[in-house]
This record gives sequence, C-alpha cells and structure tokens, in this order.
Amino acid sequence: MSTSLTEETTQVTEAAVSTRLSSLDTLESEAIHIIREVVAEFEKPALLFSGGKDSVVMLHLATKAFWPGKVPFPVLHVDTGHNFPEVIDFRDRTVERLGLKLVVGSVQEFIDRGELAERADGTRNPLQTVPLLDAIQQNKFDAVFGGGRRDEDKARAKERILSLRDEFGQWDPRNQRPELWNLYNGRHTVGQHVRAFPISNWTELDIWRYIERENIELPGLYYAHEREVFARDGMWRAVGEVSQPLPHEDVITKTVRYRTVGDMSCTGAVESDAYTVSDVVVEVAASTLTERGATRADDRISEAAMEDRKKDGYF
Amino acid sequence: MSTDTVLSGEAGGLETALPTTLFRFATAGSVDDGKSTLVGRLLHDSKAILADTLDAVARTSADRGFGGEKGGIDLALLTDGLRAEREQGITIDVAYRYFATDRRSFILADCPGHVQYTKNTVTGASTADAVVVLIDARKGVLEQTRRHLSVLQLLRVAHVIVAVNKIDLVDFSESVFREIEADVQQVGRELGLGSDGITDLLVIPVSALDGDNVVDRSERTPWYTGPALLEVLETLPAADELESHLESFRFPVQLVIRPQGALAPDAVAAGLDVEAYRDYRAYAGQITEGSVKVGDKVSVLTPGQDPRTTTVVGIDFAGASLEEAAAPQSVAIRLAEEFDVARGDTIAAAGTVREASADLYASLCWLSPKPLREGAKVLVKHGTRTVQALVRNVGGKLDLASFKLEPASTLELNDIGHAQLRLAAPLPLENYLHHRRTGAFLVIDPLDGNTLAAGLVKDHPGDHEDERYSI
Repeated sequence: MSTSLTEETTQVTEAAVSTRLSSLDTLESEAIHIIREVVAEFEKPALLFSGGKDSVVMLHLATKAFWPGKVPFPVLHVDTGHNFPEVIDFRDRTVERLGLKLVVGSVQEFIDRGELAERADGTRNPLQTVPLLDAIQQNKFDAVFGGGRRDEDKARAKERILSLRDEFGQWDPRNQRPELWNLYNGRHTVGQHVRAFPISNWTELDIWRYIERENIELPGLYYAHEREVFARDGMWRAVGEVSQPLPHEDVITKTVRYRTVGDMSCTGAVESDAYTVSDVVVEVAASTLTERGATRADDRISEAAMEDRKKDGYF
Repeated sequence: MSTDTVLSGEAGGLETALPTTLFRFATAGSVDDGKSTLVGRLLHDSKAILADTLDAVARTSADRGFGGEKGGIDLALLTDGLRAEREQGITIDVAYRYFATDRRSFILADCPGHVQYTKNTVTGASTADAVVVLIDARKGVLEQTRRHLSVLQLLRVAHVIVAVNKIDLVDFSESVFREIEADVQQVGRELGLGSDGITDLLVIPVSALDGDNVVDRSERTPWYTGPALLEVLETLPAADELESHLESFRFPVQLVIRPQGALAPDAVAAGLDVEAYRDYRAYAGQITEGSVKVGDKVSVLTPGQDPRTTTVVGIDFAGASLEEAAAPQSVAIRLAEEFDVARGDTIAAAGTVREASADLYASLCWLSPKPLREGAKVLVKHGTRTVQALVRNVGGKLDLASFKLEPASTLELNDIGHAQLRLAAPLPLENYLHHRRTGAFLVIDPLDGNTLAAGLVKDHPGDHEDERYSI
C-alpha cells in the first residue's frame, strides 16, 4: 500500500458535519447501539415491559433500532396482580400494535401456589424477583433488557450497562466487569444471564423530553387527572381493590398524576396540573424531589432498599 | 436556577433555544484530595441535588457533627455509595452521576482513586471527553499524580484538567499555585501531554469546600484569570465532536436488517410500502468516527478477504432517509452492490484503511486478578468481532511514575505493559493514538468470559520492527 494512505488523518475537514448531536440524539444513538449488540450476541433476549414510561421508551428505541423490521424479541411482564387496570390495558394494546409476543410472570399465581407469601405491609414490588427469575429460566432468556437508569438510585449508579447475573439472578457489585469504550462483553456460561440497561445514562428529564419529542403514547395516569385518593406515608395513594384506606384515612378527590407506575399498593401519586407532555417536562425540570423519593414506598424502607433487592435478583 | 431557564425555553417551543449537548467526564484522585467534596460541590452548585437527597445528607452531616456549631453540609456525603462500601469504608467501583446546565448535560464517571486506581481510571477515561485530576495544593505533584497523568496520556483523553484543590488552605497563594502549575506542565511535557496536538492540559486553582473556581470564578484568586472548572467543562469540544471531523469514516457492522416480509406492523399501519421493502437489506451499526454521505465510495472489510469497494446508496434511520451521518450516530447503511456483508465486518471510507493484520502489537491495561502469561489463549473483541488469540510475548511493563519500560514476562492487576498477540483471523487494526475506537479492544478470558484487559493498538506491524517485540 502507498504511504499516503498510511498517514493518520487528524486534520479537520471543512466540509465535515459541523453541528453536534443534541444530548437526546446522543443518548438515543447509544441506546440503539446497545440494543443491537445484545440482539446480535445473544441467543434469546427479552424486554421487560411494564407499561411504565421507561419500558415504553425502551420499546420505542427497539422499534427504531430494527426499522423496517419487527422488534426481534418478546416482551416480559412481571404482573404483581396489583397493577393499575389502565396500565395492563395499555400493555396489551402496545403488544398488539407491534405484533409482539407477551410473556407474563404472575406474582398472584406464585402466591396461590404457596410459593410466595404476601408481605405484612401489602406491597408486592419485592415479590417480583421470584416470578422474574422463573420466567427467565422457563423461557431460557439469556439477556433481559431493563429500563433501569443510573440516576434513579445509588445502587443503580454503580450498575453496568451489561450486568452479569448468576443462576440465582444475583448482582454482585464487588465483582463487576469493567466496561470500556463502547465494547460490551456479554459472554456468560450456562445458567448465567445478562441484564442489559441501554438507557442507563438517561435522566428522568431526558425520558420526558424524549417522550415529548418522539410523541410517544403513555398510559393516561402519567398525566393530571382526578382521582379518589387518601394520604399515607406522606404520599397520595389511589383507592382501588387492593389499596383501601384505613378507617382514619379520609378519602378525597384530587387532581394528581403518577411519576412512576408500579404496583398499586406501593406507588403514590403527586398533586399535579400537568395535563400534557410539555407540562410534565416543565414540572419535572422544576421538581425538588427525586422520583423514587416522591412516589415509592418500597424505596423508603431503608437507605439500601434498592441495593438489597438488586442483590437478590431484582431488575 | 439555571436548569429552569433553558428547559422552560425548550418546553415553550422557543426556536432560539439551542438543544443541549452531552459531555462525559471522569474524576481521578484519592479521597484525601477532596474528590468527593469536589463532585458534591459540582452537583450541589449546579442544582442537581434534589431536596429529599439534600435533607438526608443534612441529617447525616448533623449526626456526625460536621462543621461544628456552624452546622453545614458535608458535600462528600452526596457521593456516598453502597452499604457494602460504607461497611468496609472503601469505594468499590466507578459511580455515574448526572447534572445539567443550560449548555450541556453531563455524565460524570466518579472513579475511586486509592484502590485499583489504574483499573478504575482506565474504565472511566475510556469513555470520557475530559478527565479532572485532583491535586492537594499543600502536597503538590505526587507520584500518584504522575501515574494518573500517564494513564490519561496512554488512553488519549482529549482534555486533561488538573484541579489544584484546597487552595484556601494555602491562603490562596499565587506562588504555591504557579509552582504546582509548572510541575504539572513539566510532567505533561515528559509524557507528551498537551503538546502532542491530541490532548490538552489545563490547570485550575479551586477550593471544593468553599466553591472557589468550581462553578463561578473566585474573587479570592484575583491572580487567576482563567475560567472556572464548570465553564471549562461547558465549552471544551467533546471527543465525538473532534472525531466526527476526521476524514476516516469507520462503521463496524452490528447486524444485517433484512426483514424479508416480516415488516413492523406499526410501520405498515403507518403506510409503509410493503412491496418496496420486500427485498430491503441494510447494515446496522454506529459510526465510530468520521462521517458518510450518500454517494460516498466505501470499502467493506471482511477478515481473510480483500477489501471490496462499493457506493453508499442510502443512510436510513427509523424511516428517515439521511443525506449524511456522522459519529456517533446509529444508522443503517445500504450499499450499491449485494455483497455478503455480516456482523464483524467494517465499512470504511474507500482507500483509508490499511491491510488487516493477524499480528497485534498493543499496550494492555491488565484489569484482572488473574495474571497474563506468555502462551495464554485469550479472546480479543475488536469492534463487533471477537476472535481467538495467542499471547506470544510480553514486551515489558511500564513504570507509571517514570514512564519507562521495565522488563517483565507477566502482567498483573493494574499493570500496564506491552504485548504481542497472534490473532486467529486478521482484523482491521489501527493505531489507538489516532483512532480511539478502532484502535481499542478487549482481552477476554475464554473460560469464564471475564474481561482481562483493555487493549490499545500500538503500531501497525508494517510500520517498523521494534526491538521491544522481538521474540
């Protein structure tokens, strides 16, 4: 080869693209790169899909990654049996619209079979781990996409983008693989699987700005609506079949929205008049509380609540 | 509050509001240098800490009697880690943190300094646009500073910022700062940092505890006329920005998008022309450097085959047809000819890539407790391809303080050394110095799949015979 070809080119070309990608475009590009890597390197991936905003964004990114083809993996939902009905409805419509296969792991079935016990505080969020690991094993999923973000919690701040889990689904923070450049090492042995977090680097605000920009549909309870609620643990809890007020807890009607959508028995609403996605973007930008601090009873149990759940195989 | 201004501007749909860009940086330094306090200060003063987190920190600060009767917040607690770490009084791992100003969104890789500093610094620096190295103004340049700067030079971090911290504890003395600044520049010259045209080196006097020159310029250092740390971070060009301007377009193929009739139902419902997409075939990937336009001549590089040259006929992204795209965009590229192109192949600007090579000369940052031995069989992951490799020879180990090569026949955890590997298939290797993506690779243990080392391609074997590699 001629030597002219071997000269390294570091000089700037005038005609080169001069505008830089916006932070949202950069995050989107990174997430799509990760989704494609996992699909290329694993036998049987699946995407955790709850109908919550982060998983909806994940699925949207997957449709963009493989356009004009179909999303090439099934979605997995761990149903606590205490989900908001409108979220389950949204889940089913979305799966239908994209022609996806839905795998459901049911907490209720495990309780009915006596393999899980209801907790004293009634929350079923921590109970999701067993059906999750069971579904992973039964379906032989070797990679599971999650919508976890590092800004959510200090345990998540140390999570890898590809996180290796053992036969018990355990996360070992002291024994994580270093993650270098954009080279992801997904090698695993029989029985191990990998959790993949393509939107690790997104913040809550990034998620909302992206939902606004891409015009992504979400379950209606993310926007302001009137609802019968009662106050508990400093949060507004919805009145529902599995979420009943105690005698001293007064039920009132308030205009609220949900910042996170999880188990009805532990997710609180916030007072809000954010009726549209642009309203929510403004509200989130001005918020003085973290999303988990404001709305998740299970993360208030202790400073290390998320860390403990993750070590046990939680998302 | 600064975040409010820009966001309400964007939410209001003001066309004048420029979208923010992303900037990744890492911190290096030990706890004693006040790194946690500096990170806490940046997060606190840029309003990234929300009230519930701040309340918890204030309570803990009060419980521990921080600041005596005056009270106050121990900013270092903002970066407090896992319970497993608190129990053992150590920091285990790189933690990622997020904050934004009206110009930029920041991703901060907070790298613990004292234990396994090489492993953590290499990890954090591999994706960083800039690294902030802390020095205690009372101590000046230490051996550890030299080690940090060596690693950053090797990793070719675009911007190295040295924060001379605790400047309040030397009475904001200009002479102390100038002396440290001169020492830093001297080390930089020895290493080639800041004078090689690839990296730059900046030195800033700060007090993380009081906030001097962290977010705003301080009146207590009138002799310092440069920008505050956050101003620097807001204005430096990101590595992608520098690399998207390179002439050498590189695109490792991740997978082939070939629906063969299995089109996305939502796309079809939205009016996608099913007939037109029946034979659709595109190569999906992320542009690692340079840019590409429709009509560009490109070479497809497949191990064991001569480069095949063709033309780009389409750049697709989720239903949009782009005229051009640049690093770090993820796109799908269509080519004029129906070559057999697969994952692991690379599409590159025609005529800019040298012959693929099965001989790999590299610097290895050893990240595993399992040492490297000559004769070991490993896996090498380069771009989107993983191949088997044989470690033929360890060519020495770097003394990071003197940056001299010492004889060695093995590499252990946190060592950086030279090695020659023989690959089972030739790869389009490029010098890391000029190609931060195509010059990087992982060394993986074929037995348990763990990452053993971060690899940097040193020279192309055709360049010259280096006695260090002689076998």
